[in-house]
Amino acid sequence: MTSKPLPRPTRSSVAIRPWLQRNLFNGWFNSLLTIALLIVLGGAAINLMRWATTQAQWAVVTTNFRLFLVGRYPVDQLWRVWTALAIVLGLIGFWVSTGRRQRAAGRIKAQRPLPPLLLPLVFLLILWLLGGGLGLSRVGTNLWGGLLLTLIVAVISTVLAFPLGVLLALGRQSSLPVVQGFSTVYIELMRGLPLIGILFMAQVMLPLVLPGQPNIDRVVRAIAGLVLFNAAYLAESVRGGLQSIPRGQTEAARALGFNLPLTLYLIILPQALRIAIPAIVGQFISLFKDTSLLALFALLELTGMARSILAQPQFLGRYAEVYLFVGLLYWVFCYTLSMLSRRLEASGGSIHSRHTTR
Amino acid sequence: MRTSALWRDVRFWRFAGQAIAVLFVLSLLGFLWANLNRNLAQLGIRPSFRFLQSQAGFAIGESLIPFQSSDSYGRALLVGLLNSLLVIVTGIILATLVGVTAGIARLSNNWLVRKLALVYVEVLRNTPLLLQLFFWYFAVFLTLPKPDNPVRWLGFSFSNNGIILPGGLQLSPEFSALLLGLSIYTATFIAEIVRGGIQSVPKGQWEAAQSLGLKPAQRMRFVIFPQALRAIVPPLGNQYLNLAKNSSLAIAVGYPDLYAVASTTFNQTGRAVEIMVLISLTYLSISLLISLLLNLYNRRVQLVER
Repeated sequence: MTSKPLPRPTRSSVAIRPWLQRNLFNGWFNSLLTIALLIVLGGAAINLMRWATTQAQWAVVTTNFRLFLVGRYPVDQLWRVWTALAIVLGLIGFWVSTGRRQRAAGRIKAQRPLPPLLLPLVFLLILWLLGGGLGLSRVGTNLWGGLLLTLIVAVISTVLAFPLGVLLALGRQSSLPVVQGFSTVYIELMRGLPLIGILFMAQVMLPLVLPGQPNIDRVVRAIAGLVLFNAAYLAESVRGGLQSIPRGQTEAARALGFNLPLTLYLIILPQALRIAIPAIVGQFISLFKDTSLLALFALLELTGMARSILAQPQFLGRYAEVYLFVGLLYWVFCYTLSMLSRRLEASGGSIHSRHTTR
Repeated sequence: MRTSALWRDVRFWRFAGQAIAVLFVLSLLGFLWANLNRNLAQLGIRPSFRFLQSQAGFAIGESLIPFQSSDSYGRALLVGLLNSLLVIVTGIILATLVGVTAGIARLSNNWLVRKLALVYVEVLRNTPLLLQLFFWYFAVFLTLPKPDNPVRWLGFSFSNNGIILPGGLQLSPEFSALLLGLSIYTATFIAEIVRGGIQSVPKGQWEAAQSLGLKPAQRMRFVIFPQALRAIVPPLGNQYLNLAKNSSLAIAVGYPDLYAVASTTFNQTGRAVEIMVLISLTYLSISLLISLLLNLYNRRVQLVER
C-alpha cells in the first residue's frame, strides 16, 4: 500500500496537537530539550518581569527622554528638528510610493530617480535647518546629541563616503596597474585597521596634516574618520556589483560608440549600484552601529549620551535600564533596515554578502 | 598628421591616466607631509621612537609578563600586545563554539530551539558591540555578588571579581566582559555563516547519509559538516578578522589591550605620529597573520579535484 502525499494544510487548519508533536515533542530527546528550555525560559522571563516591574527604576529613561532623542538641542528650536524629520519622511514616502506604483504598472523600465540635484539640495537644506545661520539662530554641534547626532553622523558619513567608495571600486577594477594598485592599497589598509584607531587618527592627526593648525570641530573630525573608513567598505560592496555585470555590457556599449566614462556612467554603474543596494544597506547598518564608537571620543551621540546620563549622581548604577533602552533604539533602526535590505535582496535579484561588520 | 591622432591612441590615454594618478597621489601625500612637518616643528616635536625607552610611570591592571610602572613604554606596549593576542585567540575559540552551536540550532527540527537561536542572532547582531560591552561590564559583572558569595554554575563561579574557571583559573571582570561580549557578538555572524553553509549542502547528501544508517549526529559530523566547511571557511575568516579588530574596544571596559596602553601612552607623551604608526603596523600584522593561517586552512578543506 502506498501512502498518498497529504495535501499541505493551510495555516488556519493546523491542529495544535499534531503541530506540537511534530515541532516540539518528536522523540524523547527533543521532548526533554523542549521541557528543559521551557523551564529555563520561564524562569528567566519571570525574573526579568520581576526586575523590570519592581527593582528597575525607569525614571532615568523617562526624565531624560529628550536628552536621549535630541541631546541638548534648544527646546524652543526643536521645531527645526521636526521639520527636518518631516522632510526626510516625506521623501522616503514619495520614493516608496512611486516605486510601488511603477511595480504595480508592471514597468520594466528603471525606476525614475528623483531629480539628481534634489537630493544634495535637500541635504543642504536639512543641514541649514539643524545648524542655523542665514537667518536662523546658530545651534552649535556641541548641542547636537542623542539619536539626532547618531543619525546625522551616520547619514552624512554615508553620503560623503559614497562617491569616494564608487571611485575606489572603479579604481580597483581598472586595467591601469597604477590606479588599481593605489586603490587596492587604500582599501586593504583601511580594512586592516580597527575603526577606533582611525577615529583616533582623525581626532589627533587630522589637525596636524592640514595647513595652519586649524581648530576643527570634533564632530567634523569624527565624520572625516568615518568617511575614510567607510569608503573602503563601500568600495568593496560596489565592487561586488561591478563584478556581476557581464562583460558583454561593456562590449555592447563600445560597439554603440560610447567612450569609457559614458559607458561607466550610463551602462555599468546604474546596473552595478542597483545590484549592490542590499550590500550598501548592510554597510549603512554597520556604520549606524559603529557611530557608537564616537562615545569614546567625548561626543554625546546615543551611546555617549547614555554614559553622560549615567555619570550623574542621581542616576548612578542604573546601567541596565539605560543600556537596555538605548539598545532597543539601535535595534529598532538596524532591524528595520535589515528587513528592508532582505526584501530588496529577495526582489532585486542576487547579491552575495550582507551586512559586513568589523 | 600622426601627432594629431595622439589623443585617439589608447596607449597614450593609458599612460596619461596613470601619470595623472601618480601625480595626484604624490602631491596629496606631499601636501600632507609638508603640513605635518611644519605643524610638528611649530609644536616643537621631533618624531622619534626614543620615547619607547623612557619610564612609563603607569601601572597596568593585568599582564602576562611581569610589569611595573618603572618599566619602559616599550614594555608597556608589549604587555598590551600580549593582552590583545590573548583575548583575540580565546575570543576566536569561544565565538566559533557558540556560533557553530547557534548556526546548527537555527536548523534544528525543534521549533523552540530554532526560534530561540533566531532571536539570539537578530537581537545581538542589530545592536552595537560597544553598547553590549558596556552592558556586560557595568550591568552584569559589576552588579554580581561579592567574591565571598559567588554565583556558582556548572563549576564556574561568577562574582564582581570576575570568573573562576573549574580549574581554579581566575579571569578579571574586564577580561571576562570583553571576552564574552566579543565572542557572543561575533558568534551571531558566525551562526548565519554556518547556517548558510549547511543549507548549501544538497539535500541528497542528507538522504544518502540516512540511507547508510547513520544517526542524526553522525550524519551532521561525518557527511554534512565537512562539505559545509567549504562554504563556511572563507567568510568565517572575515569574522575572525573583525573580532581581532573589534578587540580594540577593550578600552571601553578598562582591559589593558594594545590600543588602551597606546592611548595612555599618547596622553602622557603626546607622540601622536609614532603611536599611530605603531598601532597601525601591529594591527595590520595581526590581520595579515590571521588571513595567512586561514588561507592555509582553507586550502585543506577545499575540494581537491583530480
